[in-house]
Amino acid sequence: MAGEIGERGRHKLSPSARKSNLFIEGLWDNNPVFRQVLGICSTLAVTNLVLNTMVMCAGLIFTLSLSSATVSVLRKSMPRNIRMMVETLIIAFYVIIVDILLKAYWPQMSANLGPYVGLIITNCIVMGRCEACGISSPPARAFLDGLFNALGYSFILLIIAVFREVLGMGTLLELPVPFFIGPYWDKWIIMVMPPGAFFMLAVVVWVFRSIQMKKEVTAK
Amino acid sequence: MNISAEIWQAFVVCVAAIFTQNILLSYFLGLCPFIGVSREIKAAFGLGAAVIFVMVSTCMLNWLAYRYVLLPLNLHFFRFILFIVIIAAFVQFVEMVIDRFSPRLYQTLGVFLPLITVNCAILGASLFMVIRNYTFIVAVGYGLGSGIGWFVAIVAMAGIRQKLKNDRIPPGLQGAGITLIITGLMALAFIGFTGVLQGG
Repeated sequence: MAGEIGERGRHKLSPSARKSNLFIEGLWDNNPVFRQVLGICSTLAVTNLVLNTMVMCAGLIFTLSLSSATVSVLRKSMPRNIRMMVETLIIAFYVIIVDILLKAYWPQMSANLGPYVGLIITNCIVMGRCEACGISSPPARAFLDGLFNALGYSFILLIIAVFREVLGMGTLLELPVPFFIGPYWDKWIIMVMPPGAFFMLAVVVWVFRSIQMKKEVTAK
Repeated sequence: MNISAEIWQAFVVCVAAIFTQNILLSYFLGLCPFIGVSREIKAAFGLGAAVIFVMVSTCMLNWLAYRYVLLPLNLHFFRFILFIVIIAAFVQFVEMVIDRFSPRLYQTLGVFLPLITVNCAILGASLFMVIRNYTFIVAVGYGLGSGIGWFVAIVAMAGIRQKLKNDRIPPGLQGAGITLIITGLMALAFIGFTGVLQGG
């Protein structure tokens, strides 16, 4: 539905307005997490620490924007019926770059993230944006669409990570947070365990969807 | 290690992958189809069964490819591409075979097969198996356990969601939101299995 609106809007707006439109769509109107609930698998797992989440999101932003742009560059020469396979290989190419860079310059982080860096390949949001935007628009637009979608995804996951780390461990980026580390706060161990991630994501989806529903009602 | 000890270890790993280290509930893999397809028990059952089958088979294939092709050639970093290609090719192949020989099975199982290629749980199981250095038999046990664990979770969720149909849920929480909360409760329940098995 949002795609249709985007299609219609594109003819009327000036180039700069188009870009801000992409920005709003990726970060809010069509946000990958709370609107589409896509691609949470590979990243939710590392949201127990803010630092891990940041690295993982940086990897995702890099992969998503560049693979969407690459798909867009190749879109005319790509045979229609094997395009999924080609897209997967393009995505895998960028993920391997991320993986090798991490292994070389930050082996500790690479070990912490384990298989999850590789799992960016099957993150539905990457493939989803390549299919929805990369295959049908020019490279610059595809790149921006990928970038803003990845940013929209990252900011939600960072919210989740901040809550999980502060409530569960009393630290933020491994530095102690005054009240939560002290004797007055009982650490919510559940927040750093898997169920905490599910609860936190559900609450985030709930809050943001409610805000959006209110906005739609007032818009009418 | 002799063979009987290895089979015992495979069994332990298998049970651990179903209960204490469920690939969905503690590693968050395969969440997208889990949320999307868990509305009806029948569909959940079909997808779950297909996942078990594909996961065991691709674990075997990927293990062999990794051990006998990538390691000798020292192309360790190439595993992402190799695994995903093997998974996609295998799924395509199975789809064609089922379509050719058993149209009835194709109707129940076949529609779910394309979904499986992009299921992170399948690739995740293969990557975990490599990182943990499992032997072949243990890797098969792990694939089987992970598949069954995913199956159990999605069928249970579909059952719960069918009961929820008539309940009044806040509008912002409908669909994905309530599913995630129930998944959290399920994960909490599965933590209760910790300590049943040591090691794994």
